Parts: sequence; C-alpha cells; structure tokens
Amino acid sequence: MSTSIQLSEATALIWQEAELLDRQDYDEWLKVWSDDGLYIIPIEKDCDDFANSLNYIYDDQSMRDMRVRRLKSSFSMSALTAASTVRTVSRFTVSNQSDNAIEVRAAQILIEHKRDNSRTVAANVDYRLVRGPNGLQIAQKVVWLANSEDSVNGIGYLL
Amino acid sequence: MATAFTRQNSTEFDFDHLVQHDRVHTSLYNDAAIFDVEMDKIFGETWVWVAHESELPGKGDFITTHVGMQPVIVSRDRKGVVRVLLNRCRHRAATVCEAKKGNAASFVCPYHGWGYAQDGSLRGVPMADGYDASFNKSEYGLINLRTESYNGLIFATHNDDAPSLDDFLGKAKPWIDLFMKQGGGYPVSTGGEHKFRFPGNWKIQLENTTDAYHFPVVHKSFLNSLDSQAEELFSFLDGDGYVEDLGNGHSVMVMIPELVDLDANLDDPIPDRFEELAEELRKEHSEEEVRRIVRAVGGTGFNLNLFPNIACSMAFFRALRPISVEETEIRHIAITMEGGPEAANQMRLRLHEHFQGPMGFGSTDDAEAWERVQRGSQAGPDLWIMLNRGLDGDGNGPGGSNRGDVSAETGMRAAYGEWKRMMQA
Repeated sequence: MSTSIQLSEATALIWQEAELLDRQDYDEWLKVWSDDGLYIIPIEKDCDDFANSLNYIYDDQSMRDMRVRRLKSSFSMSALTAASTVRTVSRFTVSNQSDNAIEVRAAQILIEHKRDNSRTVAANVDYRLVRGPNGLQIAQKVVWLANSEDSVNGIGYLL
Repeated sequence: MATAFTRQNSTEFDFDHLVQHDRVHTSLYNDAAIFDVEMDKIFGETWVWVAHESELPGKGDFITTHVGMQPVIVSRDRKGVVRVLLNRCRHRAATVCEAKKGNAASFVCPYHGWGYAQDGSLRGVPMADGYDASFNKSEYGLINLRTESYNGLIFATHNDDAPSLDDFLGKAKPWIDLFMKQGGGYPVSTGGEHKFRFPGNWKIQLENTTDAYHFPVVHKSFLNSLDSQAEELFSFLDGDGYVEDLGNGHSVMVMIPELVDLDANLDDPIPDRFEELAEELRKEHSEEEVRRIVRAVGGTGFNLNLFPNIACSMAFFRALRPISVEETEIRHIAITMEGGPEAANQMRLRLHEHFQGPMGFGSTDDAEAWERVQRGSQAGPDLWIMLNRGLDGDGNGPGGSNRGDVSAETGMRAAYGEWKRMMQA
C-alpha cells in the first residue's frame, strides 16, 4: 500500500485548520499538530535559521499549549476583543513529498474586522504534514507575512 | 545649524495650564496643532536615539531610521565615524536610500544620479557642466546632524546648541552602564526587532515604560503563563522597587531590586526556568561564567526611560516614533550577547518572543490598552490625564530628587516636566 500523501488529503487538513482558527476553536486546533510540530512566524524574509533568529512566533508544543491557555483565559484583553477573521488558503503547490510526509506551499489571504476597521493580512504559508499513528498532522507551519519586515500591528487571534 | 521651521506658534497654547505637576490636559493626546509644535520643539531640538552601535559595526554599514518625522541614514563612514544624515537628496529631495540596513560605498539618488559619500559629502553630479561656475559641490552634501554616543547608544540632534549628550543623559548614565551588563561578559548586540503601530499618541507609550501599576492588570495572562517562581518575581508591586526622576525628563523604574546589578549576587540560586540552560552552559563554561551568563539572560530588573524616544527596558530596547497625533510606531529591539553561547542567545530570543511583538503574550495587551486610551480621550475633552499617584515621594530621592514607590507616576511627571520646559523654550 502506498504511503504517499495526496494533495487533496493535504488541502483537506489545511482547510480544516484554517476553519478551526477562524472559529477560534483552539482546543481542536492543538490536536491537528504532531507532538514535535513547530509553528513559526518569521520576521526576516530570507530567514533560514528560525531557532537562532527573532521571530514573531516560534512555538513548540508547550508554547502552543500556553498560547491557547492564554487566548482562552479571559485575562487577555487583546484576546477578548480579538478581531473576527475570514481566511482563505489556496494556490497550493507541492514542494516536497516522501513516504508519510508532504510539503505544501500556499497563499493565505485573511480579512480581519475590528471596531469599524477591516484589514487584510496576506501571507505565504509553508506546511509540512506527516502521517503518524493519529493520522495526518501538521509537523511544521511557517507563515511568511507579506509585511513581516515592516510594522505588524497587534494580532489577537492566530494566523 | 537650525533647521526647525515652526509651523505652529507655540505661544498660542497655555502650557502652564495644560501641563500641571499632577495632571496633563487631554488635548496633549489628540490636538494635532500641539503635535506639530512637539515635532519642532522636542524632536527638532533635543537628542533623539537613532541606533545601537552593533547595528553598524563596520565601515560603510548603515541603517535607515527617523529623527521625529524626518527620515535619516545612520552611516559609519570610511574613517569609522558614525554620521546621521538627512535622507534627502539636496537636488530635488528624493530619499537617497530606502534599504533598512546594509553596507554601501556611496548613496546614489535614484532620480538624477547625484552620488554621496558615506559621510554625506556630494561626490558625483551627472552632466555637471549644466551648472554655472557658482555651483559648488561642497555646499550640497547630505545634511549631517550632530551625533554623539554613550556606551553604544547613538543619538542625534538638529540642534547645534544642545548641551552635550553627556550632560543631557546626566544621572541616567550609570543606569545605562548597569543595563549593558546584560551582555554577561560579551558585548551587547541587537538581535532583531518587533515593530508595530498603534492608533494612539506617542506619549501614551512614553508613559507606559515607567508605569508598573498596569502590569498585574494588563499582563495577568502573561503572568499566568510563567512558572510560580517567575510569576512571583514579576509580581513586583508588593516589593521594594521605586521610580526615580533622573532629570532632563529621564527616569528609572526599579521593579526587581535584586536584578539591578547583574554582576552582583552571583551566588544566588539559579531560577528553575534557567536550570536547563545552566546545565547546557556547564559543558563549556566555568560555574562562575555560567552564573553570570544565566543571570544576564533574563535581563535587568529596571526600565530606564530616556526622554523622548528610547527606553532600556529590562531585557530589550524600546524605541518610539511619532507618526501622527494619533498614531505611533514602536520597536521592541531584542538584545543578544555578541559571540556568546548559542543556547543563551536562543533563550534570550525565545523570552523576547514570549512577551513582545504583535503576537506576544504582553505587547498585544499593551497595544489594546493604549488604543483604548486614545479612543477614550475623545470623551470629556476638558478632562485631565491624572499623574497624581505617589506624589508623597516627591523630594524623597537622592539629593532631594523625586522618588516614589514602584507604582508611583513619578517618571511620567518627570517626562511631562521636560516636555513642558521644551515646549515653552
């Protein structure tokens, strides 16, 4: 039996994740990650060493857990007043494929709305998805914000 | 060289009424005419921080930034001298550099090709014979601002008559020296930055770095994310900290007194959250070095607020830039130990990401609070911004200076006192 992952299977997970984030269902969101998964939002466009660079987010599992606890805690006023978001993820291309793993590049266009203002948050997103005992999961997600090297205003939700 | 052009006549404002010792008028947050005067009388006159020396280590290295509203290039010329140059071609005003940082042999205007050396002098003018004999290139160099530095911090001013940077920093200098100890034996270096804007006046941010009072309220979700030991450390409102007016608008807020001098108390137990790092460092370093590095990684226990635009804030630099009367850009610049252990620098970066930035556990809530201040200031235009917390500390500091408890608004009163002096000058 082939262990390769089809793009259709990958996009199903990517869209599921996007929907969970727009719905702010963060407990379910934690489950789409593999235990060693890394969630990264870099600053510099040419960054190739995330661990030794300053990022907006560099989250392993324990930081993701803490982040979700904070967002749900009702003690963070930016999370309590977070913008509502609608995002689409598309323009998928497969950049690498191996047994039980697939790497997909995509475009994400997100519109957020808060206090009479809508703003667009555009990003290229690199996903690495792996198939393990719990099915297909996200092993790495790198969100390359279009404006990452300029000012990026407070974001009370997740990208 | 006085370049300031006063667009608003500052005498139309009664600053004695608008800025009182224990309160300032709401219009200071939202009157665009006052903002215009600020850009001339404060950012056009005083020392403004522009860079840390580690951002331009070699000859030809440069960064671009702003002094107030004005774009500038900070450039290290071929002799190694740091120059702060107005980023404006002397021909028809185009910026001569739009890169954020880099190394350049010269700056060439993209419009008609005028070329400037690293020190700003005009070197090349295409088709120079189109100018008559009176044209003298030496009169058309990029404008050099007066530039001085202290312990790695580079400042510039438009005002040739300003006091020396040494005099301007005055009592803040020993605190800068203490802050730089967080190199842990290595040179302090900048390590990337988080830059964000919020829809509010710049002084809301200026106040915040000397405001411990907000910490347990705004940052409760950050405190809850720490281990119990660290949470106790950051619950400093019950402690022996203080805020002291250092003169010239500067102030220091000591939150964690035992972390004022990072070279002291090296025998103290290593906090739980640094134990794993210490173990890693022990492979390559003596126990004394390990303790010094670990103690430095967490940063200092104080915020040093330097009027008007830079703070040395615990473990990072915080620079503000006014964009308009109701928009401000803030940079939270990370600090690393240049040439220091990789594990220690990684921990510094992770700690910075934890609190700072548009998705950090702290800054995001700060930005929300500041936006709410600006929005709320639209109500009750005749009401006051109150700065009367800890007035009983006035006169209680060294030499009769003002020194209140850690949650006192002493630092804000210091900043607004300088603001008023400059606006009335």
